[in-house]
Amino acid sequence: MYKIDPSRTDLAYEFRDNPDGPYSAELKLVINRLRVMPMADRHVLVCIERGRRWMLARIPPTRGGQIERYEDQVFSDYDEAVWEVFKRRWKTVTGQELV
Amino acid sequence: MKKILGYTDTWSVSPGEKVGFKVSAYGAERYRADLVRVICGDNDPNHDIFQLEEIEAPFNGEYRGRLQPIDAGSYAVLPYSNAYDGIESFTALAWVYSTTPSKGRQALMVQWQDDPATGFALTLDDTGALTLRVGDGRGNVAEVSTGEPLAERRWYLVAGSYDASTGTISVSQQPDSGPLDPLRSASASDGAEGFAVAQIDLLFGALRTTLSNGKSGSASHFNGKIDRPRLASAVLSSADIELVASQVNPFEQYPNLVAAWDFSRDTGTDVVSDTGPNALHGHTVNLPSRGCKGFNWSGKEQNWQHAPAEYGAVHFHDDDLYDAGWETDFEYVIPADLKSGVYATRLRVDDDEWYVTFFVRPRRGKTTSKLAFLASTATYMAYANYQWLFHERYAEVAESLWTTLEKTDVFLQEHPEFGLSTYDNHSDGSGVRYASRLRPILNMAPTTPCWSFNADTHILGWLENWGIEYDVITDEDLHREGVELLEQYRAVLTGTHPEYYTTPMLDGLRTYLAGAGRLAYLGGNGFIWRCAMSDNFPGVVELRRAEDGIRYRDEEPGEYYLEFTGEYGGLWRRLGIPPQAVVGVGTIAVGFDASGYYQRTRDSFDPRADFIFEGIGEDEIIGDFGYLGDGASGSEIDAVDPLLGTPAHTLVVASSEGHSENTLIVPDEIGFHHVAMDGVQSPLVRADMTFFETPGGGAVFSVGSISWGASLPHNGYDNNVSRISANVIERFLRETPFDALG
Repeated sequence: MYKIDPSRTDLAYEFRDNPDGPYSAELKLVINRLRVMPMADRHVLVCIERGRRWMLARIPPTRGGQIERYEDQVFSDYDEAVWEVFKRRWKTVTGQELV
Repeated sequence: MKKILGYTDTWSVSPGEKVGFKVSAYGAERYRADLVRVICGDNDPNHDIFQLEEIEAPFNGEYRGRLQPIDAGSYAVLPYSNAYDGIESFTALAWVYSTTPSKGRQALMVQWQDDPATGFALTLDDTGALTLRVGDGRGNVAEVSTGEPLAERRWYLVAGSYDASTGTISVSQQPDSGPLDPLRSASASDGAEGFAVAQIDLLFGALRTTLSNGKSGSASHFNGKIDRPRLASAVLSSADIELVASQVNPFEQYPNLVAAWDFSRDTGTDVVSDTGPNALHGHTVNLPSRGCKGFNWSGKEQNWQHAPAEYGAVHFHDDDLYDAGWETDFEYVIPADLKSGVYATRLRVDDDEWYVTFFVRPRRGKTTSKLAFLASTATYMAYANYQWLFHERYAEVAESLWTTLEKTDVFLQEHPEFGLSTYDNHSDGSGVRYASRLRPILNMAPTTPCWSFNADTHILGWLENWGIEYDVITDEDLHREGVELLEQYRAVLTGTHPEYYTTPMLDGLRTYLAGAGRLAYLGGNGFIWRCAMSDNFPGVVELRRAEDGIRYRDEEPGEYYLEFTGEYGGLWRRLGIPPQAVVGVGTIAVGFDASGYYQRTRDSFDPRADFIFEGIGEDEIIGDFGYLGDGASGSEIDAVDPLLGTPAHTLVVASSEGHSENTLIVPDEIGFHHVAMDGVQSPLVRADMTFFETPGGGAVFSVGSISWGASLPHNGYDNNVSRISANVIERFLRETPFDALG
């Protein structure tokens, strides 16, 4: 499986600057790697107001478990919300924080 | 996050008929209910097309909120009988196939009451080991366990007994000899003060409990299969246990049997039959799966009707749900003058609301328009409470997105008792085969994401805004009434995604088209899967996702035959009626990140197609806009295929292009994988817009794209997708017959 090189922060910033794509070939691999991480503890978004506001959240490890809500991480820009998800998953997968 | 939810007891009602509303509040003491007519349920403020019409109704008003629990999980109930009286010693036995042995205590066969502790309970304990508990009704309880967990997905012959002569309880578990893994037999015995029969129902697959509203419910559900359960009023030897468990009707040889249940009988019903003289029959609850391979399935036969002795298992799940069973809060008798349409009751509390949707058709045998909108209620059911997006690890790469949950998704994740869709897996990993509308459906309402039902309201909004009169009928109506329902209409219009068809539905539609019927298929991925409905289980669709197709989950080999009808499940293309033979096109590709657009073809200039393109430029690009992927051709798209039955005289009047690299050919079209299967590289990835006349003077128009409907509202419904759709409907509603022979 593709392994993200945490030093390739240029790829992360490519995503931040152009979240809707098209993406470079290497960034596609990064995105797909972040999208196939296990469901348990995966950071996601919750739409709390259609087309207007999204909250960061995290999937629990089991069915029936409570979804973790990040009440202080609410975004009015969807691209900013997705960037937060990207950063959280980057840290989960690589072990290193994006700054 | 959700504070109010509800459902109706029926979806399709006519004037004079009654619909009941069942509501549960989550923390709210009062709620308000109001009737609305649904014109467009897309409430994205960036689209600005949300449109409801407030309707006066006698039930509009304030109500007291109450919590109504749901008792999910399947099991079987055998009502108490005096045939159990006088049992002193016993042996309870069955073949058992556990799919989640370690999930916690699970009931296999119990006749138990707690206060005072009386009866017996044959269960799996927290470790998955077979355990027997007995109570004597005087405060004495004894329990013994094999101490050896059952292996997952392996058949075991399990037995528990109480010997009154020695005061001994015993359990034994014997693995089936087939698998190569080194499974061990295990048994154990211990002393017991005594045993008394509990004068209470005997259950398979669950224990009794009391719900939060004080009603009787179920708990400790078993995940897995049970085959040939038996109860004897004696302690049987190991050899006798094997013989009793291997025979379908062991009474001749073992007269001290109290009951021997045969689950292979009555498949397709909720009936559980005892083959013995005591007739200790019962019923299942919450639709466990039947027509399932038993412990002795040889693989020589794939059809449960041909070898019932090898299909004697019931597969129970802790998240099966048929009827939520809520009490009715209020009812509504449809008035004679209520216009046919899609309606919803809006339930409101301080900071939350919910819409309970239903469909009003004209009075039976009458029409109020020449056009019928056929609401895809079989498909709405199949998708009901869809949770694949947050259960499936590969959902994001399949759909090219970052998971963005709705509040309703959050609620479903935290309330598994609301049940699953046919796209999901049960908690034990087996595929969900039944989906019911007798429960709140959190993804079928105005304001939900625009897919299936709410995507269809783009079409309703377009009809309303273009002033096109229509009646609403539903799949369940078509299933029950067949072609007689459709023949009342000069033209029928589909929704965006009429995916699931029962045999009577498809027969009715095809008979309609063989006559003078006209069909406008304004969707994609339609007429794909055979599903089944049953009078034994009203309000449910059953699926067996046989062979291939976009199955979302695997179907158990050997269990491809539908329980409800005995028919072989799967894709209609493998059942002799490909969608291409019905509407000209069939599914070719799916992709959810971006949609394409259509270009007119040479066929579009054929005089037969003139009416379609009235007002459309010769080089005009069609549908390079829309709310699903910014184009009219996308999500799930269909193309012609003469080999699969596209009529030879079909005009392909437009084809799409501009598809993404994430739009991929569907599995049913793939003989082998290669690297050019996407929308950028493959010429196969396209939607074909088609038209053909039928010999009876009718015609079929297809766009072959789910996204088409989401392009209709663009620019205030004034665009070339709307224009083409209206051109077709206007011609289809004219009496002049089409001439298939030119």
